[in-house]
Amino acid sequence: MRRLPVAALGLALGLLFLWLPVLLLAAYAFSDARIPFQWGGFSLRWFAALAANARLIEAALLSLRVACGAATLAVLLGGAIGWVLARRGPFRGRALFGALAGTPLVLPDVVTGLSLLLFFVLLEGITGWPAERGATTILLAHATIGAAYVAVLVQARLAEIAPELEDAARDLGASPPVAFATITLPLLAPSLVAGWLLAFTLSVDDVVVASFVSGPAGTTLPMVVFSMLRLGLTPEVNALAVVILVLAAALLAAGALALRLARRRRGPAI
Amino acid sequence: MRRLPLLLPALWLALLVAVPLLVVVALSVSFPAEGIPPFALPGRAEGINGEPFALLLEDPFYRDAFLGAVLVAGGTGLLCLGLAFPMALGLVRAAPRWRPLLLALVLLPFWTGFLPRLGAWIGLLRDEGWINTLLLGLGWIAAPLPLLYSWPALFLGMTHAYLPFAVLPLYASLSRLDPVLEEAAADLGATGPVAFLTVTLPLALPGAAAAFLLVFIPAAGEYVIPELLGPPSAQLVGRVLWGEFFQNRDWPVAAALAVALLVMLIIPILLFQRLEARR
Repeated sequence: MRRLPVAALGLALGLLFLWLPVLLLAAYAFSDARIPFQWGGFSLRWFAALAANARLIEAALLSLRVACGAATLAVLLGGAIGWVLARRGPFRGRALFGALAGTPLVLPDVVTGLSLLLFFVLLEGITGWPAERGATTILLAHATIGAAYVAVLVQARLAEIAPELEDAARDLGASPPVAFATITLPLLAPSLVAGWLLAFTLSVDDVVVASFVSGPAGTTLPMVVFSMLRLGLTPEVNALAVVILVLAAALLAAGALALRLARRRRGPAI
Repeated sequence: MRRLPLLLPALWLALLVAVPLLVVVALSVSFPAEGIPPFALPGRAEGINGEPFALLLEDPFYRDAFLGAVLVAGGTGLLCLGLAFPMALGLVRAAPRWRPLLLALVLLPFWTGFLPRLGAWIGLLRDEGWINTLLLGLGWIAAPLPLLYSWPALFLGMTHAYLPFAVLPLYASLSRLDPVLEEAAADLGATGPVAFLTVTLPLALPGAAAAFLLVFIPAAGEYVIPELLGPPSAQLVGRVLWGEFFQNRDWPVAAALAVALLVMLIIPILLFQRLEARR
C-alpha cells in the first residue's frame, strides 16, 4: 500500500507528542541539575527528597487506601448494576435505572464534585453523618464514579456469555447462587479485574471531585501535587511521575499476567 | 433475597447520583445564607430565588465563561481529531503483531498520572524551561517567550490530556471497515487519495463524531488544565464554578453554573449516546 507511510508517520508523530514531555521529564528526575539540556550527573536526590516529604507520603498513603476501597466497592456495585442491566428482565423504572447508571460517565468533574458535596452536607444536616468529610466521603464519591465504568465493562461481558450456561448448571442441580459463582463469575473475572484497575486509576488520578467532597482531614496525593504545581514546578513531581509510571507498568503487567493465567485455566473451549 | 441484587444498586444510584443532582438544582434557586453551609434550600419561608440564573444571563463574565468553554472544548476536540485520525489509521494498518504494543503506548500515558503529565508541560514551557532554553541557545530569541500561562499552552495541555480518548473510538470504527471496500474503489478507478476521501472517510464519520464528543463533553467542564497552564484570562466555566464555590463561597451561583453547564451538555450527551447505541 502506497499510503502506509503517511499513516505510520502520523502514528509515530502522535506517539512522540504523547510521550516526549513525559519521557524528557522522567529522565531528568535522575539528573542532579535542574537545568534543561544539562545533565548534572546521575542522582537519586529527588527521590530522596520525595521520600522525605512527609506531607506527600501521608497523602500518597491516604490515596492508596481510598483508591483500594473505592475500586473494591465499585466492582461490587458496578458488577451488580451491570448484571441488572444485562440479565434482569424488564422491571419498572428500568429506563431510569439505566440512565442513572450512565450519568457519572458524562458528568463534568466539577458538577459531580459539587453535587456529591451538597449531598453529604445535606445528609449531615439530617442524620448527623458524615460529621467530618475526608477519606470516607472521597471513597464513596470515587466508588460511585468507578461503579459506572465497571457496569459498562460487566454489561458488555455478560452480553457475550450465554445465559444458557448457567441454566445448564442449574439443570444439573446447582442452586442459582452456586451456578452464578461457579459458571458466570469465573467468566466475568477478567472484566472485574479490568474494572477494578480502571476504578483504582480514576481514583488515584482525581483532584477535582476529591477537592469538593473532602474536608480539612482528607488531603489526597493529587491534591498535594496540584498545589505544588500551582506554585510552580518542583523536581519532586518529576520523581513522583517516575514512581507512578513504574507502579502503573507493574500493575499493568500483573493484570496482563492474571488475565493470561485465567485464560489458561479456562482452557481454549470458550 | 432475590430482589437484593436489584434493590441495593438502585438505592445507591438514587442516593448518590439522583439525589445529589436534584440538590444542585434546588440549590441553584435558593438564597445564600450566612453560616455553614452557606445556603438555605427553598421550600421554607423564603420561596424561590431567581437571582443566580438572572446573574448568569445578565453578567457578561458568565456568558463569556460558557462561550470560552465551548470554544476551548470544540477546539480541543478538533485538534484531537486531527491528530487521532492518522494515529488510528496507522494503528489499523500496522502489522497485527505490533498492534497490542502500539495500543498500549497510546493508552499508557493514562497511567502516568494526569497531574505529573501537566507538570511535564510546565517544565517544557516555563521561562527557564526546555523550549525557551533551546531557543535562547540557538540565538533565535533574546528573552524567554511567555509560553506558560497562555492560550497555546492551554490547548497543548488539553490536547495532550484528551488525545487517547479520541484515538480509541476512531480506531474501533476504522478497524471495522472492510479493506475490500477500498480495493473495490481502486478496481473502479479511484486512486489512493480519492478512494480514501470518497470511501474510508465517509464511513469513519460516526466514529469521528463519537471521538469528538468524547473529548468535548469532559473538556467543556475542565478546571485543572486551564488553571495550571492557561492564562488568567481563561475564565472558563469549570474554573468560574470552582471560584464561586471555593473563593466566593457563593454556593447558589456555583449550583446555577452547574445546572447551566449540564443544560449546555445535554444535546452533545444525547448525540453521543445515540451514536454509541447505533454501533
